[in-house]
This record gives sequence, structure tokens and C-alpha cells, in this order.
Amino acid sequence: METNIEKNLKKNDWFKYIVVFVITLGLFATAGGLSNFFTNKKIQTMRDIQDKLSTDILSSETQFTLLSELSCSQNDGQENLSDELSDMAQKIEYSESNFKTNETATELKRYYTILEIKDYLLMKKINERCGQKRSSILYFYTTAENCTECTKQGFVLTELRKKYPDLRVYSFDYNLDLSALRALIKIYKIEDTKLPALIVNEKKVTGFSTIEEIEKILPKVKATKVLPKTQNN
Amino acid sequence: MASVFGILFYIVSFLAVYVQVFLLVTFFENRKKIIIRKDAITLNEYPTVTIIVPCYNEEKTVLNTIDSLLELDYPKDRLEIIVVDNASKDGTWNVLQNLEKNSQIRIFQEKKVGKHNALNKGLENTQTEFVGCLDADSTVHPESLKRIMSYFVNEDTMAVAPSIVVRNPKNILQYAQRAEYDMAHYNKKMLAFLGGIHVTPGPFSIFRKTVFDKIGIYRKAHHTEDQEIALRMQKNGLKIDHCPDAYVYTGSPNSIPKLYRQRVRWIYGFIRNAFDYRELFFRPKYGTIGIFTLPSGIISITGTIFLLFFSFTRLYEYVAKKVLESQAVGFHILGGNLFSFNLFFLSTKAFVFISIILYILVVAGLLNGRKMIYGRGKYTSWDIPVFLVIYSVLAPIWLLKAVYNAITSHEASWSNERDYLIENPVQNK
Repeated sequence: METNIEKNLKKNDWFKYIVVFVITLGLFATAGGLSNFFTNKKIQTMRDIQDKLSTDILSSETQFTLLSELSCSQNDGQENLSDELSDMAQKIEYSESNFKTNETATELKRYYTILEIKDYLLMKKINERCGQKRSSILYFYTTAENCTECTKQGFVLTELRKKYPDLRVYSFDYNLDLSALRALIKIYKIEDTKLPALIVNEKKVTGFSTIEEIEKILPKVKATKVLPKTQNN
Repeated sequence: MASVFGILFYIVSFLAVYVQVFLLVTFFENRKKIIIRKDAITLNEYPTVTIIVPCYNEEKTVLNTIDSLLELDYPKDRLEIIVVDNASKDGTWNVLQNLEKNSQIRIFQEKKVGKHNALNKGLENTQTEFVGCLDADSTVHPESLKRIMSYFVNEDTMAVAPSIVVRNPKNILQYAQRAEYDMAHYNKKMLAFLGGIHVTPGPFSIFRKTVFDKIGIYRKAHHTEDQEIALRMQKNGLKIDHCPDAYVYTGSPNSIPKLYRQRVRWIYGFIRNAFDYRELFFRPKYGTIGIFTLPSGIISITGTIFLLFFSFTRLYEYVAKKVLESQAVGFHILGGNLFSFNLFFLSTKAFVFISIILYILVVAGLLNGRKMIYGRGKYTSWDIPVFLVIYSVLAPIWLLKAVYNAITSHEASWSNERDYLIENPVQNK
């Protein structure tokens, strides 16, 4: 009777078990490959956005240097930069939590941070020269520990950005290894024990702040919405 | 934590994909051997057959079942029907008494509650070469018996299982079950090719009578005696085949609680029977049942429960994030994020593609099952996505309950088993 069953598992059958194993491995490799392919596409998208951001900032800078004394109305291109910056911020945040290796995300984030600082400096210069009142928020958060206050602060800032499209929000990962960022942290004396921290129009606020609290510190922020039009005319 | 979870996911999903690929390869190897007969066939000889119909409170459906048996295209003097009333509390016994006028039918009463007792009562009174049973909520296709009997031309074949089809699905749940049953045909036929069938279903599986002489009668087996007898046959090297064109129409639960109870019983039975026959696991001498069928059953149970936990963690993370968001900026029904519909934020992690591959393989099996038993025709239908959605949500729940029951009632069942063995020492093989 038992020879009957043993007939069911001839060498041939073991071969089949191995073939199926190889096919399954192949399917898994395909899944991995597809995942890699699409993730790389995403990274490419982010690189493209950064390149565009970089060009835009460089262009604004150049334009400003060329025409600084002549005209303050030439920096119209600045407005959509705000959207691009926040779009990029969301994508970086997403890639940090979703990509297999954080290396690429970190690399992108370093570059993005430099762009943010450059844009911030340029905006400050424009504000000074042209007497504009563009508002900005520097936001320092941490990824080194589980910071729920930071997550909440992120939601508040996203909401603020929706409410005031012209508001520039620059977010910085406190733990990012970048000398330019270290300098910024030093200038504003940000401490890692008091995160999240905000610099709202040069004024430092530590800990979680609600929309209302930020709006209070930033009374001019409401004006920014209509500011470009009145300024330009 | 996340990485442990990740590794577990890959192991479980690898095994699940492996099982599906194995079945698909088997299908491509053997698809030419699948026979679907549309017309009436004639057998060279018509061996004697007894069909046992166990009834418990089935006064409403039993006559339909008997009628369909009487309409089977099989010589009347070669087919006997034994109806056993298993301590019904309704008018089943009265209904049955009217049947005795028919010379093909004999009726019995079995006071000891339990389907296995009713079946054994029938077996005791059977003298035919072949014996099968039919649940009193099922009916058979007129050609089904001949089609099944044609498989017994092979002397090694000791039992043949039919294709069970959901009868007249009416609501969404029943359509979903129809899709599930169609997938089961595929699985069953593939297991038949591999020699690894693990259940000879209550509705209309036919056995050589010698099976019961060799390995003993039905046992109380966690309310799933049709699984136990199949495992016992496998253990003893008795071949079970599947006849895809022998259609049996069975009633299906029409509500979630009923379906839930049925599935908890089935899966509980599977786990307990698999535990009772654990010596079969990974032992090449028992063939496919131990190497493939039983392990893949365990994999699908583990996988589905894993899916439940996976979904729960995802849900928990989502809710936790939403709570934080509402604490920060107030509650937004529409989610309030700017990037809800941006393709960029669609997940491209490997597990997404693995899940897609797994679903494709399952649907391929389902379609093969449909093609196999209905022949040509339209196979894709809206019931497939409905089945996938409903079962993805409900299956983990009944699986978890069945596993829980199987673990907690360990002691009680063991004592039952012992009592049974003491009462029936002959069957202790």
C-alpha cells in the first residue's frame, strides 16, 4: 500500500517543488524590481523638482543682483516658489518614511535644506531692499526621536500654508548633518530639547504652537495675501 | 519591530505565492486530462451503490434531496437510498415514513446525536459495492453518479469527490460563495492530480465500501467527519479523486452570522483534524497530503490572520495620525491633506506588488476553476471582486475564532476522543 503513495513522490516531484521555488523567487524578484523602478522614478521626480527650485532661486538671485536698485517689482516669479518648496517638503517627508533606504532621502533633504536657506536669505534681502513684508516661518523638528508634537506642528503649518499661500514655511530637520544648517541653528540658538521650534518673522517660539498662537505673533501674515498686488502697483 | 514584521510578511507571502504557483504549474501540466462531459454517458457496468442521506431537522428540504436522487440516471435496481433521521426535533421522521413505499428507499432512525452516528447507521445497513452520502440540503445533477462511477474504472481509486456548486445564489454573500466554491473546484482538482485531497465532502462523495472495512467507520471528528475520513484514507494510502463534472447543488448560508458559524466549524475542524493527523506533516511517505496540502492549509490560515494584524496596524497608524491632526488643526472629514490624489504618494513598496501578484494568482485559479467545471462560457463576473473584498474582511475573523476555539477546547476534545476510542476500540487504527 505504501509503495502506492511513494509513487506519488518520485524524484520528478521533488524537481517540481524546486522549479516552483525558482518561479516564486522570480516573482518576488519581479516585485522587488517593480518596486525599485517606481521608487527610482519618484526619486527622479524629486530631483527634477529640486533642479527646478535651484534654477528658480539662482535666477531670482541673479535678477535681484542685476536690478536691485532699479526695480522691486521684478520678483513676481517668487510666488510659486512657495508652493514648490512646500510640495518638495511633503515629498521628502514621505520618502523618509517610505523608501527602503533613507540614504537617498537624506541626500535629497540636504540639498533641499540648502535651497531653503538660500531662498530664505534672498527673501530677507528683498524684504529689506524693497520694504516688502513677506512673512516666513523657520520650523525646526526632529527625526531622532518619536516627536508627536512635531507631527502636530507639521499639520498646523500645512494648514497655515493653505490659509496663506504666500507664507514661506522652511522646515529643517534638526538632526541633519549639514554645516549650513548647524550655522542657522547656532544663530537662532535652537536647542534640541525644545523641539518643535519656530522662528516666526525672526521671533523664536518653542514647543507646539496652535494656528491661533502663530497668527497672533504674525499679525502681518494676513496682509501678505494681498500684499504683492498693492506693492506692485 | 517593523523589520520583524517585515520579515514575517515576506516569509508568509512567499509561502502563499509558492502554494498558488504550485497549483498553477500542476494545472498547466494536467489541464488536458480534465474531462467535462456535457452529454449523457453509458457505463460498461453499473456497480451497486447506496446513498446515505443523514437528516437533522430537515423536513423542508429532504424531499427535494431524495427526488433528485431518484432522478439520477442510474439503473434503479443498482441504486439504493438510505435515509437516516438523526434525532430530528421537527417532523422529518413523519415526512420520511411516506417514502418507504418506494422500494429503492429504506429509512432508519439514529437516536445518538451526531452526523457520524447517522452515517454509520447507514453503513451498517449497506451491502452494496459502493457507498456515498448526500447532505439533506443538497441536490444532485442527474448525470453526476454515472460520471463519478466512471472514475472507479481505475482500481486504485477508492473515493471520488464531486464539484459542489452554490444552488441559486440570491444575495451578494451567496454570489461571493459561488466564486469561492469555483475556486475550490480548481484547488480540489489540482490536489487530486497531486494525490493530496484532504476532504471528501459530505455532499455526494462516493467511496468503495471496502474503504470502511479497511480503515473503519466514521468517527466523531470535530464536526467535520468528512475531513477526518479523507485524512484517514490518505494515511492508509487510499487514493481519492475528484470528478469535476459531477455537479452537486448545495444550499449556502444567506447571512454573515450563518456563514461565520459554518466557517468557524470548518476551519476549527481542519485545525483539529490536522493536529490529530500531525504525523502526516512533512513525511514523504504519506505523499502530497503531508508535504503540500496540510502545510498549505496552515499557511493560508497564518497568512490570513497575519493580514488581519497587518491591516489593524495600518488602521491604527492612520487613526493615530488623524487624531493628532484633529488635535492640531481641528477635524477634517475630507482628510485635509493636499496630496490625497497625487500618484507620487501611491505606495511602491515591494509588498504592494507581492500582494498584487498573489491576488492575480488567486483570481487565475478561480477562473481556471470556472472554466474547468462549466466548460466554455463567460467566466469573469462581478462576483469575483465581491468575493475578494468580502472574504478579505470576513475570513480573518472566522479564522481567528476557529484558531482560538481550537486552542482553548484542546482538553475537552481530547477527552471526547479518548471516550470514543474506549467505546470503539476496533476503529483505533
